[in-house]
Amino acid sequence: MDWTALSLSLQLGALTVLLLLPVAIFVGRLLAYRRFAGKPLVEALLAVPLVLPPTVVGYYLLVGFGGQSLLGQWFERMAGHSLVFHFSGLVLASFLVNIPFAVQPIQRAFESIPHDVRDAAACCGMSFWQTLWRIELPLAWPGVLTALVLTFAHTLGEFGVVLMVGGSIPGETKTVSIAIYDRVQGMDFTAAGQMSLLLLLFSVTVLAVASGLGRRFGRWHGRPGH
Amino acid sequence: MAGPDTEFSLSVRQRAPIAIDARLHCRGGEMLALVGPSGSGKSTLLRMIAGLSRPAEGRIVCADACWFDRAQRVHIAPRHRRVGYVPQHYGLFPHLNALHNVMAGLGDVPGPLRERQARQWLERVHLSGLERRRPAELSGGQQQRVALARALARDPAILLLDEPFSAVDRATRETLYLELADLKRQLSIPAIMVTHDLGEAMLLADTMTLLSQGRTLQSGVPRDVLAHPRDEAAARLVGVRNVFDGEILGHDADAGLTWIKAGASRVACLLSQAWTVGSTVRWMVSNTGIRLRSRSGDTAEAGHVPVRITIAALVPLGDMLWVTASLPGVAAPMHLRVQRDHAQGLHPGANLEAELHAGSVRILQPEDPQTGSARSC
Repeated sequence: MDWTALSLSLQLGALTVLLLLPVAIFVGRLLAYRRFAGKPLVEALLAVPLVLPPTVVGYYLLVGFGGQSLLGQWFERMAGHSLVFHFSGLVLASFLVNIPFAVQPIQRAFESIPHDVRDAAACCGMSFWQTLWRIELPLAWPGVLTALVLTFAHTLGEFGVVLMVGGSIPGETKTVSIAIYDRVQGMDFTAAGQMSLLLLLFSVTVLAVASGLGRRFGRWHGRPGH
Repeated sequence: MAGPDTEFSLSVRQRAPIAIDARLHCRGGEMLALVGPSGSGKSTLLRMIAGLSRPAEGRIVCADACWFDRAQRVHIAPRHRRVGYVPQHYGLFPHLNALHNVMAGLGDVPGPLRERQARQWLERVHLSGLERRRPAELSGGQQQRVALARALARDPAILLLDEPFSAVDRATRETLYLELADLKRQLSIPAIMVTHDLGEAMLLADTMTLLSQGRTLQSGVPRDVLAHPRDEAAARLVGVRNVFDGEILGHDADAGLTWIKAGASRVACLLSQAWTVGSTVRWMVSNTGIRLRSRSGDTAEAGHVPVRITIAALVPLGDMLWVTASLPGVAAPMHLRVQRDHAQGLHPGANLEAELHAGSVRILQPEDPQTGSARSC
């Protein structure tokens, strides 16, 4: 069992969720409620990681973060190290790759809040932040929870992008899915099996808890019958 | 509550997304019913008043406060308008119980007072004991009361009700009519109720404005508007089915009647000398202004004019018989209702005499092609 890789994966998942969820809440809300020119294009761009092979996404990120790119050069000047083959590069890559997993459930959740509920909040004298915090977020919470679980689970299982951007540096970029691949390459099926089983149990547990919480929220927030 | 001098006026226009050309006026303590078919822009107007939608042009003033003025670039946000708004499906916050829903409307009130006031409002709408129930655990009528309590708890300058009785059953609706009528007497603010039900408007409203395809057609006391629709669009909206072409034959000042030629028949309405003899007009007769004569050749009652009709079709509906007939030389069919007990001898093709009550016959104003509204005479 490669505990370092597991710990790195958990850190990566937690950081991705922490950074991505607030952004996804605002982007998801914006896409749910605002009409603007080019909205379908924006939605399509945000969904690209869902349909492109991870190695292709990884390739573009490698090129985009590398020393030849403006972003890569700027980051290296500021941080003193490269984005690629570094944990910070993995966090940024993970943030970008997980955007559709976080934004889409949150957007759908905001869309499902009835128009009259939001109108009533505005007419009750609530400010934007009061409406978001007291009305919209409690009602969109199942979507936020789904986004959290999907982002975290997807980060733990991500392989192609991580390998392209981070390689396999122990303690830096070698996540648990890379470690499993390495062990299989080294014919250490026992360790690979242990890590795979742990990931499987973890994923099932997280999904079950999320599903249970979602149902509970659903009961709390039952819509009035008409 | 706001003072008795609270007045509301609106004059707005826009072409898109929904064409609107509307003028409304409502005094403090009055209930204005905004009546029109689905898609006529009733709810859009209500949303404009609440500030949830911004018209392209116009002005909205409530209690001397200008809420919207396109020319002056004024647009007060909904949360600053002091509007008590009850959306069509009540807009209750499903994750909050009844008490917290009402408290949500009392955001400006200091904490300890807020709960006490919210409880008082729930008591006022007869919901004591149900404070801890979430909307999903309340009946449609109870939800409506919570929404009403929340709207009024804000001490609004105007109360807006969007189809307030559309989501409740008939028995609950009748109870709510009584409660709203009672509550209305205690309010000194203007109240605007959107409805497509003329009966509701008659029961609850002091004034009524007809709305069709986004434009206000006619305003007035409900009974007057129903009895005297100004133009054909208003007539159709209040359920008048008998509208015909005609020509002014002459005026009889002594009898107080104006005579109209309709095909081969002559009908009369109350004296309307504004119309010149020989002009072509559209005229209507209200649904209750036509009756079949029991025996042909009887002398017509004063104010009733006999006409010959031919029955085209009979449709039984409950204890009534819906009769479609034709006036000789008139293309548009005439519709009337007869008690089934009095329908002996009626059959398609039968040629009979009917009486048109002159007080129920009215010459309709032509519609202004520019604004679509009726021109004044």
